[in-house]
Amino acid sequence: MITGSDALLQALIGEGVDTIFGYPGGAIMPVYDRLYDYSRELRHILVRHEQGAVHAAQGYARVSGKVGVCLATSGPGATNLITGIADAMIDSTPLVCIVGQVSAALLGTDAFQETDMVGMSMPTTKWNCQVTDARDIAEAVAKAFYIAGTGRPGPVLIDFTKNAQLGEVDFNYQKCNYIRSYQPNPTVEKQEIEAAAAAINAAKKPFALLGQGVVLANAEQEVVSFLEKADIPFGWTILGKSAVSEQHPLNKGMLGMHGNYAPNAKTNECDVLIAMGMRFDDRVTSDVKVYAQQAKIVHLEIDKAEVNKNVHADFPVVGNLKETLPLLVQKINKAKHTEWIQSFAPLQLVENQKVIDKTLHPAAGDITIGEAVATVSDSLQGNAILVTDVGQQQMIALRYFKVNSTRSVVTSGGLGTMGFGLPAAIGAKVAAPKQEVVLFVGDGGIQMTLQELGTIMQDQIGVKIVVLNNSFLGMVRQWQQLFHQRRYSFTPLQSPDYLTLTKAYGIASYRVTKREELQQGIDAMLNSPDAFLLEIKIAPEDNVFPMIPAGAPFDKIRFE
Amino acid sequence: MQEYTITVFTENAVGLLNRVTIIFTRRHINIESLTVSASALKGVHKFTIVVNVTQEMVEKVVNQIDKLVDVLKAFYHTNDDVVYQELALYKLSTEVLLKGNEVEKIVREHAARILEITPAFTTIELTGHRDELVLLFDRLDKACGVLQYTSSGRIAIHRSVQESLTQHLEELEELHRTKNIEKIA
Repeated sequence: MITGSDALLQALIGEGVDTIFGYPGGAIMPVYDRLYDYSRELRHILVRHEQGAVHAAQGYARVSGKVGVCLATSGPGATNLITGIADAMIDSTPLVCIVGQVSAALLGTDAFQETDMVGMSMPTTKWNCQVTDARDIAEAVAKAFYIAGTGRPGPVLIDFTKNAQLGEVDFNYQKCNYIRSYQPNPTVEKQEIEAAAAAINAAKKPFALLGQGVVLANAEQEVVSFLEKADIPFGWTILGKSAVSEQHPLNKGMLGMHGNYAPNAKTNECDVLIAMGMRFDDRVTSDVKVYAQQAKIVHLEIDKAEVNKNVHADFPVVGNLKETLPLLVQKINKAKHTEWIQSFAPLQLVENQKVIDKTLHPAAGDITIGEAVATVSDSLQGNAILVTDVGQQQMIALRYFKVNSTRSVVTSGGLGTMGFGLPAAIGAKVAAPKQEVVLFVGDGGIQMTLQELGTIMQDQIGVKIVVLNNSFLGMVRQWQQLFHQRRYSFTPLQSPDYLTLTKAYGIASYRVTKREELQQGIDAMLNSPDAFLLEIKIAPEDNVFPMIPAGAPFDKIRFE
Repeated sequence: MQEYTITVFTENAVGLLNRVTIIFTRRHINIESLTVSASALKGVHKFTIVVNVTQEMVEKVVNQIDKLVDVLKAFYHTNDDVVYQELALYKLSTEVLLKGNEVEKIVREHAARILEITPAFTTIELTGHRDELVLLFDRLDKACGVLQYTSSGRIAIHRSVQESLTQHLEELEELHRTKNIEKIA
């Protein structure tokens, strides 16, 4: 017989977990007590706030492709996870969150640090459960990992009462590979493949949209085979950024509000639009009533509920991309669309002239965000994992930072969680300790989860933090400038002295205020074997362009 | 907009009702009626939900319900596709009732049943569609005043020979078997 706490930890080991991000507290203490004896098998990283634990677990999951695990106590410990759980839900990130709970006998009595975590996390988890008996924990963990990591991944929460942590159980761990009511990989309908292939074969001007589903399905190779065989240019959503190399000649860039001009324009010109593992988010489509109306839409998607949710699919193909793409590749004809592909070039030229040249090579004045990002990117030659926070730096980093390989972009897409960046970078670095992990974060975002510098200090996590400081909440300020007559309502923002601050944490740092110092600062950061914070003062009123205003049709695109 | 009956077959899992209703709440859809009970299959629960929405919306909602881990299968039907009933109870004062034969006439015309008579009150039961239940209420209320009225949610049966779930479950089991065989091979 072992305790429920031991059963939990042994079950985690049985699932191949080696890292837990967590924070102890009263109702999870029996687990922490047992964890003390498992330090060889399980690395526990003590964060400074539970939000840090969940975002770190997200960063870890995105980079490693494994299920991220976090551990917290009941009540406030558990509720502090909610933002990250919601973020993981909308961005399909596999997580297992284990939270303590008061003893079963006290449930419903408003006991100390009791909160209805199962109820509270219901809208933002793929599945959750409460374990009130030690005998049930192993099965709950097995189900949790199976559900979190299969099909369209997502966060799962286990609410573990203190009596169950202390109770005794005969442990015999069995992984879960079947739940009657849950089909992670829907059966592929042959007619759907054939209809989609016929539409693609008839296309004169096909265009593909790549989402994170490509990465989640490990279908990067299959997508390339598909695109190359039928000679189809593609754009990507921000979570699909590293799915296929950006050096690929068929890559036409980023989609959406701040995406590239050509792929957004061509979405409204193509005759067949092939969406793969993406969900037509409103930041990609803007006004759906005027989105790709001329095109027949092929939608390859594992989650049937996403088909016809935002955009009607003329040819849905429901299934795992790893299965559906090879079937589709067999059925599609080899094709050449040279003229169509060349027609992207003039639009790329327009964007170069109107936006990119000015952003990357400003004649004078303060450093721009684009210049800072591109200079870091050039110094790394794509050999890095990009982590961003949310806002202007995020959009600019996704536009201009180059990455070479898959699973090398970590960003908060659907939820747009400011404060995500710093803890997510910690998780990314833990998952890929040999790779350079570069975080771009604004002066607003870093102050939201600044406390995680303590985690970096204690666990010696060598993340490279680039704070792009414009003394504003930049993205909101940009909207105020463009749509609210420059009324900068509560967006001017003071920062602490980051050099003094990082010194207190024993983290090296450097501040760049002038263009001439930029390369030197970047070199200092990249030459440091340990964590490093590089603060770059940027133009206070630098903006992100192009921009399709929220909900506006594409032709309202702004270049300045 | 039209009336749809959504039927959801689920595992007997704690909190699942909440997960199902959240899907309606998020889209600001009012649930007209909701009935949860055991189904003909052991361990399988059945939700019958009535909503007024567009065809497009009912499809989206049913897809999202169907995707829940503990949901076996969700279906939606128009009123033409199902046989459905609701049940209502009406409490009348026995004293008022005994004063004339008006109530007896109404009960007879509506094929309602008298469940219980005490010296103080009489309980009448009617099953039927919502408008029939309401019509009886209006008539009784006018005739002698209804002291209490309560009605159930809808229950419904699909107009097909086989329970749609049985077939679905067989397919699931079959799929699981073939996948296991593939793995072993």
